[in-house]
Amino acid sequence: MCLGIPGRVVEITSEDPPAGIVDVSGVRRKVDLSCTVPAEGLAALMGKWVLVHVGFAMSVIDEDEAARTLAALEELGEAMEEIEAMHRSAAMLEEAE
Amino acid sequence: MNERGEGGGRGMRFADEFRDPARARALVAAIRAVLKEIGATAADPVHVMEICGGHTHAIFRYGIDRMLGDGIEFLHGPGCPVCVLPMSRVDDCLEIAEREEVIFASFGDAMRVPGTRGSLADAKARGADVRMVYSPLDALELARRNPDREVVFFGLGFETTMPSTALTVLQAARERLGNFSLFCNHILVPPPIRALLRDPDMRIDGFIGPGHVSMVTGIHIYDFIAEEFGRPVTVSGFEPIDLMQSVLMVLEDIRDATPRIRNQYARVVPEHGNKAALAAIDRVFTPRDAFDWRGLGEIDRSGVKIRPEFARWDAEEKFGVGYAAGKSSGREPEGCMCGEVVKGMMKPTECPMFGTICTPENPMGALMVSSEGACAAYHLYAGLRPEEVAS
Ligand code: SF4
Repeated sequence: MCLGIPGRVVEITSEDPPAGIVDVSGVRRKVDLSCTVPAEGLAALMGKWVLVHVGFAMSVIDEDEAARTLAALEELGEAMEEIEAMHRSAAMLEEAE
Repeated sequence: MNERGEGGGRGMRFADEFRDPARARALVAAIRAVLKEIGATAADPVHVMEICGGHTHAIFRYGIDRMLGDGIEFLHGPGCPVCVLPMSRVDDCLEIAEREEVIFASFGDAMRVPGTRGSLADAKARGADVRMVYSPLDALELARRNPDREVVFFGLGFETTMPSTALTVLQAARERLGNFSLFCNHILVPPPIRALLRDPDMRIDGFIGPGHVSMVTGIHIYDFIAEEFGRPVTVSGFEPIDLMQSVLMVLEDIRDATPRIRNQYARVVPEHGNKAALAAIDRVFTPRDAFDWRGLGEIDRSGVKIRPEFARWDAEEKFGVGYAAGKSSGREPEGCMCGEVVKGMMKPTECPMFGTICTPENPMGALMVSSEGACAAYHLYAGLRPEEVAS
């Protein structure tokens, strides 16, 4: 919950509020991009790596930083936890339909 | 299996653990040299507190404390939001969650924190509609899909997660989603640090500052630590090399008696934080007069509540629980030493319940619940620390 996890912005879905789809180790989920809107506009985030905390992108990072952060999270066992939490939450919402 | 524990850290193998073993080895040597210059010994070690629970976890995972010898003692700070949540607030959660009309949405980490009537997981087992969510946005989605139910999100965490709940409340307000509310338990990093520094029994020579909190707030929230209390802080990333480098930086400042705030994690932490995130926090939240911390008691202006203009989305107001009901402090379980451990005055292993009555599977105290809690981290990596667990 506190550490966040890196993911890549693969689609911009809304300008207001700023949101998009982020690929986190193969899991695609909707992420709020309000805190990482670049000066050049939201479109500039496409393909960029961001640090995602509980569904919100909080920082734009470079690819190397993303890879190292992911490796560190994996060693702490936190990467799996985050990804599982994403899956579980998505499944729960499906069920709630 | 036990390279790291041996001989207080000598003979460990860096190659397995570090992407850059030569750099790790050089850092260890540099840290030991500075410790020597300071004159730190086993009898009179330097005390460095890592504030963030993520750092606590990483220090144990890599055995960083063992590598650095006896001249340094790590104190594990109050920076695990799940661990410092008082029983009374868990009780409030249960009171809300057990209402017929409520769907109570919580992060997984918070499900097993014990209250006086058990945890949220226990309440769920007894039939309450408690759902684990990954994000407050998922709780908001639950509210959209269940217009005839009241969806309450259990918001907790430090400045790191505060923007996410603030933005969620703003979105609920924008959609006029009347069946969503937030049970706000957000807390701030600086006030407990100030409380610890004021405690005459505490000895902390320097701090490793949290990376992701600082990413939101910037590094100047720690200025008072250097200016008023004369202690240095280095804000750190959580890779092992980051932590070692930060330890070296803070030790240099201790040696040179130059208290200042340094930023080892500048690649993620901007000096002045994240503007959009800070604006959202300020829009939605305002400090409470005081908030209760497990083990530390009431601390002035250490938590935030929802501003009156968003009262409609405030679960405390909506259901008349918690501070809205005039309730605050609760008691802690009998024999629990969490308070002493949170303050860094006692090692987890010195608690009589450690590993026997209190385990990660069946936590008595909150420090055993999340891998970021000092007790759980000790327990998880116990195999690497035989000398301490034996006693
Ligand atoms: S062992 Fe359990 S009861 Fe004792 S301090 Fe740790 S978490 Fe608290």
